[in-house]
Amino acid sequence: MQSRLPITIFAAVMAAIPFVPGMPPFWIVLLDNIGLAALVAMGLVLLTGVGGLTSFGQAAFVGFGAYTTAVLSTAYGLSPWLTLPLSLVVSGSLAVLLGLITVRLSGHYLPLGTLAWGLGLFYLFSKLEFLGRNDGISAIPPLSIGTFKMLSPGSIYYAIWVAVILSALLTMNLLDSRTGRAIRALRRGHVAAEAFGVHTPRAKLLVFIHAAVLAGLSGWLYAHLQRAVNPTPFGAQAGIEYLFIAVVGGAGYVWGGVLGAAIVVVLKEVLQSYLPLILPGSGQVETIVFGIMLVALLQLAPGGLWPWLISFLPEATRGKKPDTSLKLEQRTRSPGEASILLQVEKARKQFGGVVAVNNVSFDVQAREIVALIGPNGAGKSTTFNLITGVLSATSGSISVLGKKVDNAPPQEIVKLGISRTFQHVKLVPDMTVLENVAIGAHLRGHSGPISSMLRLDRADEAKLLAEAARQIERVGLADQMHQLAGSLSLGQQRIVEIARALCVDPMLLLLDEPAAGLRHMEKQQLAKLLRDLRDGGMSVLLVEHDMGFVMNLADRIVVLDFGTKIAEGTPATIKTNPEVIKAYLGVAA
Amino acid sequence: MNTTIMLFLVQDGITNGAIYALLGLALVLVFAVTRVILIPQGEFVTYGALTYASLAAGQMPGTAKLALALGIGAFGFDLFVARRALHGRLILRSLVTNVVLPAVVLALTVYFAAQKPPVAVAIVLSLVIVAMIGLYLYRIAFQPLAHTSVLVLLIASVGVHLALQGLGLLFFGAEGQRGPAVLAGSFTAGALRFTGQSLTVYGITIAFIVGLWLFFGLTLYGKALRATAVNRLGARLAGIRTTLSGQIAFLLASVIGALSGILIVPITTLYYDSGFLIGLKGFVAAIIGGLVSYPLTAVAALVVGIVEAFSSFYASNYKEVIVFMLLIPVLLLRSLAAPAVEEEKD
Repeated sequence: MQSRLPITIFAAVMAAIPFVPGMPPFWIVLLDNIGLAALVAMGLVLLTGVGGLTSFGQAAFVGFGAYTTAVLSTAYGLSPWLTLPLSLVVSGSLAVLLGLITVRLSGHYLPLGTLAWGLGLFYLFSKLEFLGRNDGISAIPPLSIGTFKMLSPGSIYYAIWVAVILSALLTMNLLDSRTGRAIRALRRGHVAAEAFGVHTPRAKLLVFIHAAVLAGLSGWLYAHLQRAVNPTPFGAQAGIEYLFIAVVGGAGYVWGGVLGAAIVVVLKEVLQSYLPLILPGSGQVETIVFGIMLVALLQLAPGGLWPWLISFLPEATRGKKPDTSLKLEQRTRSPGEASILLQVEKARKQFGGVVAVNNVSFDVQAREIVALIGPNGAGKSTTFNLITGVLSATSGSISVLGKKVDNAPPQEIVKLGISRTFQHVKLVPDMTVLENVAIGAHLRGHSGPISSMLRLDRADEAKLLAEAARQIERVGLADQMHQLAGSLSLGQQRIVEIARALCVDPMLLLLDEPAAGLRHMEKQQLAKLLRDLRDGGMSVLLVEHDMGFVMNLADRIVVLDFGTKIAEGTPATIKTNPEVIKAYLGVAA
Repeated sequence: MNTTIMLFLVQDGITNGAIYALLGLALVLVFAVTRVILIPQGEFVTYGALTYASLAAGQMPGTAKLALALGIGAFGFDLFVARRALHGRLILRSLVTNVVLPAVVLALTVYFAAQKPPVAVAIVLSLVIVAMIGLYLYRIAFQPLAHTSVLVLLIASVGVHLALQGLGLLFFGAEGQRGPAVLAGSFTAGALRFTGQSLTVYGITIAFIVGLWLFFGLTLYGKALRATAVNRLGARLAGIRTTLSGQIAFLLASVIGALSGILIVPITTLYYDSGFLIGLKGFVAAIIGGLVSYPLTAVAALVVGIVEAFSSFYASNYKEVIVFMLLIPVLLLRSLAAPAVEEEKD
């Protein structure tokens, strides 16, 4: 975790600003607005920048927060402090509802879906009688503590910025945790995260709710700052603007949201007050400039301004090495463990008319290295996907330790002690090696999002990181532990994937082309590692094209060709098998 | 409710639906080729409509100047990109398509606007002006981003929409406008009255649907455009000029948008910001069509039009709410039906 010093300084500066003599009250108003926008943008950072879920509809959640407190504090006379939790609950529960529908949407459908409900809800706000239709609701009571009423922008200023800084802290705590790693893995697709037990729809729903609650908080503050609400600030335009703020600031960074809010709010103010002087005409000139700047920004600095800004700062201190003496609970292994670990029986997978895997049967015994080989397109990776639950088999059965696991989801397979690597490396490039590997231990930790936000997860977290560090040392990448995974060579990234798979504490390790991209020495080290793992009681099933590597390492080889098993046996028998030679060289030798 | 009202609503819905279908088709087209979700499609509609209405009323539309300004911008982009390998023919070609052409059109517009041109001239001028805007926009805003993700393109698309809508207010003011009918006259069949205008709408819509369907399904060039959408690099390696494909898609989309605008502005009063909502309804249709299927999009557009007509009769306050919320269950069904393929990102 980064030092708390910068945040403390920031908080102190923000607290001191209203006391600066001669500070124009208008600047305080601007700062209030920046704080309100920053809250929403922070949620979007988590949602869009980190989680990869684009939402144009955040303004609607601001509206829910604002209207909830507006209705309850005017029509029912509730105290604003009572309506705060209610505002958050309303935003949060509507996020659950909309999220359940929307989060399942993939790719570009999601932003369009959010745009649609953003618009729909805006019209709903402006048509409902009890929300005051287009006129909205006015005469909302101010926030008050005792007899002190926060009537002026200067007095609610503290409420707003306490909310911003607290939210930023909680959000950063969340990101730096077991749950946070699962969220950060979302953007890279769901297959890798699910292979280590992450329930991705649930993780997506979580960030959706988090972003909505932050937006609701902003709305609640907004209602009590303006003391009136109407539908306009919660429309599609506002939803777009929030996204703009996040993109300007740097959608991947919590403080990028705050920076973006500051830039956009100030810029809007400047444009609104000076543009009419340069370009006289009927208003809305700022939207033109806005639109043009958005496009220009995407072309020139797609990462936003925050990463650009921190690149001037001295490089952050390297994270310290976790205390590797902390141990996680190990999987209980019965001493008389069944000798057949994995049994594949007549597994079949059809994609339309193509039979990718055709009634393939084989098994993996305890303490054994089995290699699955065959020419390209033989169905090796598909077989892996069938075993790990990424794909469901058309027919046939797969059992682990004698128990059928047909069509179980990946999250269940990994619980049985089967972990894997991928043919195409699936690491999160902007996370460190340590963090990537720690995703492998996801199921061995227990802390949820709330305890992560409140930092009650540290004991659990330390054990997870210790386990990750141990596995990284085991595969020989201790020096790269704190580097970003994306900065490693492809061969090293494959090794990182193995460390991640080892974090599961597996009984069976599935490796998809682990030696591809490795140099000769590295291959020898890998072979030694795999032998050590076998001797330590683990089994390995690997797909590999490097025949020298396979022949020296495997205890048994299964050969596939066009989805069908054509041979099985020891390396020595496979080498001379005429079917195999024919499959590889085309003619019987 | 009696049959007459129902028939009337259905007819109204079909006329609107036909327009949504046209827009939906353009959206599908642009998305299929460039992966851009074209939010500014709605601005093409208003620009087309209001340029046409202004010209017909003998006013000078600001869009002609915008076309020239964007053209000069596009020329600048061309020069900048080719700065290391500038040669005469390249510069000349870019100059003619990006600067000379809009300048000529601007001159023609000034000339005709002063003397209230006939409907046909106004239509042609409006179409050409908006087509050029579409083309240059692609060059300036989207071509430099062509390699990025759908999401980045979508955000850029929103930026373009904002800028164009603001410019629309500058050009046409906050007042709504109506244009003269493209085809006058009407006849009645039973209780229903068909105007020449609505028949034109149906005719043009059907022609475009069939045309696009045939173009993309049967011709080699249509297939090349589709290949660009699936894999830009692969398409380039196969000798397809991906930039040209994008330009064609934007050209077609802006023409379709402007045409839709010209077709509806005699029926409904349009404001500078009406296009956004109209375009979004085209979206609802396009999304129901999965952003790939032309016939499905057309059918969906008719459904959207009819739902809109009925909800404006029964719950006029909630018309927009109903239309946009219609999208949610559709999106849900679509994503449930879609196979859980992994998208390789970044």
